Amino acid sequence: MKRQYAGTDPLAGDFYTRQFEKDRGEHTLVVNMGPQHPSTHGVLRIVIEIDGEYILRADPVLGYLHRMQEKMGEVQTWGQYIPNMGRVDYGHPLAWNWAYVGAVEKLMGIQVPERAEYIRVITCELNRLTSHLLWWGAYILDLGAFTPIMYSFDDREMLLDILQRPTASRLTYGYFRVGGVRKDLDDRCIEMIKAFIPRFRSRLPMYKDLVTDNIILRKRVEDIGIIDRDMCRRYGCSGPVLRGAGEPYDLRRCEPYSIYDRFDFEIPTEETACSAGRYLVRMAEMEQSLRIIEQAVEGLAHAEGGHIMPKAPKPSMKPPKGEAYFAVEGARGKVGVYAVSEGKKVPYRIKLRSPSYSNLHAFAEAAQGTLLADAVATLGSLDLIIPEIDR
Amino acid sequence: MSAFRQNVIQPIIDLWSLIVGLKVTGKCFSQKLITVHYPRETIEDEDLDTYGGHVELVGKPKDPATPKCISCMMCVTNCPSRCLKVVKAKAPKLTAEQQEALAEAKARGEKVKKPRAPKTPQKFIYDYSLCSLCATCIENCPVHSLRFSHTMYWATTSREELKLDLLARLRRQARRKPRPAAKES
Amino acid sequence: MMNAIDVHMLIRLIIAVVAAMAWVGINALVLVYCERKFAGHIQRRPGPFEVGPHGILQPLADGLKLMGKQLFRPAGADAFLFWLAPMLSLLPVLLLFLPIPYGPMLTAMNVSLGILLILAFSSLNVLALLLAGWSSNNKWGILGAARAVSQSVAYEIPLLLSVLAVTFMTGSFNLSAISTSQGAWPWQWNLMAQPLAFFIYLVSAFGETNRAPFDLAEAESELTAGFHTEYSSMGFGLFFMAEYAYMVVVCSVCTVLFLGGFRGPVADGWWWFLAKTYALLFLMIWVRWTYPRVRFDQLLNINWKWLLPLAVFNLLATAFVMKL
Ligand code: SF4
Ligand code: SF4
Repeated sequence: MKRQYAGTDPLAGDFYTRQFEKDRGEHTLVVNMGPQHPSTHGVLRIVIEIDGEYILRADPVLGYLHRMQEKMGEVQTWGQYIPNMGRVDYGHPLAWNWAYVGAVEKLMGIQVPERAEYIRVITCELNRLTSHLLWWGAYILDLGAFTPIMYSFDDREMLLDILQRPTASRLTYGYFRVGGVRKDLDDRCIEMIKAFIPRFRSRLPMYKDLVTDNIILRKRVEDIGIIDRDMCRRYGCSGPVLRGAGEPYDLRRCEPYSIYDRFDFEIPTEETACSAGRYLVRMAEMEQSLRIIEQAVEGLAHAEGGHIMPKAPKPSMKPPKGEAYFAVEGARGKVGVYAVSEGKKVPYRIKLRSPSYSNLHAFAEAAQGTLLADAVATLGSLDLIIPEIDR
Repeated sequence: MSAFRQNVIQPIIDLWSLIVGLKVTGKCFSQKLITVHYPRETIEDEDLDTYGGHVELVGKPKDPATPKCISCMMCVTNCPSRCLKVVKAKAPKLTAEQQEALAEAKARGEKVKKPRAPKTPQKFIYDYSLCSLCATCIENCPVHSLRFSHTMYWATTSREELKLDLLARLRRQARRKPRPAAKES
Repeated sequence: MMNAIDVHMLIRLIIAVVAAMAWVGINALVLVYCERKFAGHIQRRPGPFEVGPHGILQPLADGLKLMGKQLFRPAGADAFLFWLAPMLSLLPVLLLFLPIPYGPMLTAMNVSLGILLILAFSSLNVLALLLAGWSSNNKWGILGAARAVSQSVAYEIPLLLSVLAVTFMTGSFNLSAISTSQGAWPWQWNLMAQPLAFFIYLVSAFGETNRAPFDLAEAESELTAGFHTEYSSMGFGLFFMAEYAYMVVVCSVCTVLFLGGFRGPVADGWWWFLAKTYALLFLMIWVRWTYPRVRFDQLLNINWKWLLPLAVFNLLATAFVMKL
């Protein structure tokens, strides 16, 4: 029986496959990586054309996890939208929380109490650690080692225990409120954070021994998936992808929001622009986050004001007419929320700028001409969170 | 010479990192387990205290079987997921005698007070399957009648079971043992 | 007319094959359990725990579950080849156990070319993997099969050469003879005389058995499951058993060639053989749960650029020393 390829059979494959097949070369194979592929972490789908194991073309197909987060912003009141922000990016939800409440605060001209700012910094950085640990484990899992994710979850579990105390949840936090945060950090929580920092510092060398220095891993990630400055500029990549290309662009330092200008920390960069660069940037960032948390915990002790401003607006608040954009540095890059108000109870428009979306699109170009295994290594190094791409 | 070094000596040196990796996992192998072995073990209550399970009602301090709730509907209007349903209690129907007595009193020119509807709600239905655990209801309750429960080990096989009648739950709780007053803000 | 010796041989052979089947089955069960427990403890969790005391019956339960599942063949797959592949994968393994000397007297068939028999029949596995990938009409399956073939073919060569170095020393292909030629104590084993061959054999063994870090044929984060993507139920079960059986064979042969086989301090016997084989198996498990997977071209580079020249060098050096 003669095989019919999707390009010739009008009924084979879906729209994307058929489109993609049109340019298929001779003796090549078009395969779908995803939407249920183990290394796409969810429902990302990538159509690739391979010649042997070499990738000739790759094309991400989005929309399998579209939940209309932006549209939901137009039907819910300003306060009711906060829980949505915990679900856009399950890896680093507090960054989204922050971007959204930041935009609303900007609209309403609200000054957040100092203590609340400190709490925001601490929880957001702790959350960044959980996000990086999740990425680390999952990335190494993509590369074929099963054990490291268990070790990273050991640490991550402690972080979740800490974060559970003020936020009452373990993954999808809706903790920030317009004008502050929902609940104060209690003494036990501070104690736990203080105990966690040295423990985690002592764990980092183990991570390095087990994975970072491992020759197999290094050979898998070094010089793989080059995304240099120029590509970053064209695709709008941010976060560790951009810093891995040698550009010290970090919103916490470049456009200091909140109280980040008070802390002493470095922006780690790598010149290599490859997967290893991005990997090392994230590993170094974890150490820097620890430094910030350390300083913030100290600052919290003599910070003024409550955890939320005395007359915090109700969920049914009506911000004045206008528009505001607020961006924070999430674990994956620049997290931005653009909010337009018409002076009504519900927003006119909420636009979410997600870093994963921009970062993903660099993949198609970076993966060209690499091996299938390299594509997995590149994809993993971008640290994609699928719900954030589809929003 | 440097090419020789790079292509021959270096890989051999790099092999050492593999031994180091084995050492790390070997060490962990000999260490004790760190997982909580459910159902033989459960996590400490202290960790559970901050866990936000589903929403539950808080009873009055003197009468733990009745909620503090005053049926003001703030929680219902503010809930983003629309998973709460509060039905206000109706004013009690007057019996014929009472109505007569009332009419008499009115005729006498006394100031009569029709019995008002009780403030405690008649029904308080909560759909856990929809709840996003955002605590908006808890914050907006004027009398602090809501809080997160600490139910963690709860599994059901049907969606229907996730619909909770919070009033009935509160009565059951009151019968069992009074919980310490909520510190939830 | 059959004479008495032939009948004797035939009965012996039948018993041996049946015993080998049982041995494969038992080993698969024990190894699966050990591997999962071992992995669990490396990851600081208990591993299987629910079925039986300390989860000891878990592999049995898994086996039952596998058998109870639907046998499924994707549309467009070649039915004959599709079902032939798993059987072809497992059946030759049974033969491989025959020439292995478990104890001084405990050999099913004391063939003088035992090691060659093993090497020859183990190559059939490649064919099985190729058929599985090809016949299941799945693109990932084909990729997995292509990887499996080039990998197995490549790694067979250094494996063979390292084995040859040992046979040079003992002058025999008979596994029993190789065992007895070594002494009881570790420093009298071939390991001491042939450390390089041992190392090459070990690395090639990982490649031959498709075990991590060389498990490219079924690399699930790249190829979903490689050649057995489309197999369910016992189709998958047979591949699974075959994989463990090959591990046992490879480690047994390694024990015989390099670690003195059944020879050991105090008293020779099958206990030493088992202990050494399982020590090697645990090493394989340990390695699997520690390292990431190598890339495909790296895998072949390791073979062609490192193992093969080293093996040839080792062989020549051995020959030279033997001649002197
Ligand atoms: S926690 Fe949020 S979603 Fe759940 S009932 Fe309360 S307001 Fe509604
Ligand atoms: S629970 Fe609180 S907010 Fe909801 S109706 Fe009762 S009093 Fe009002």
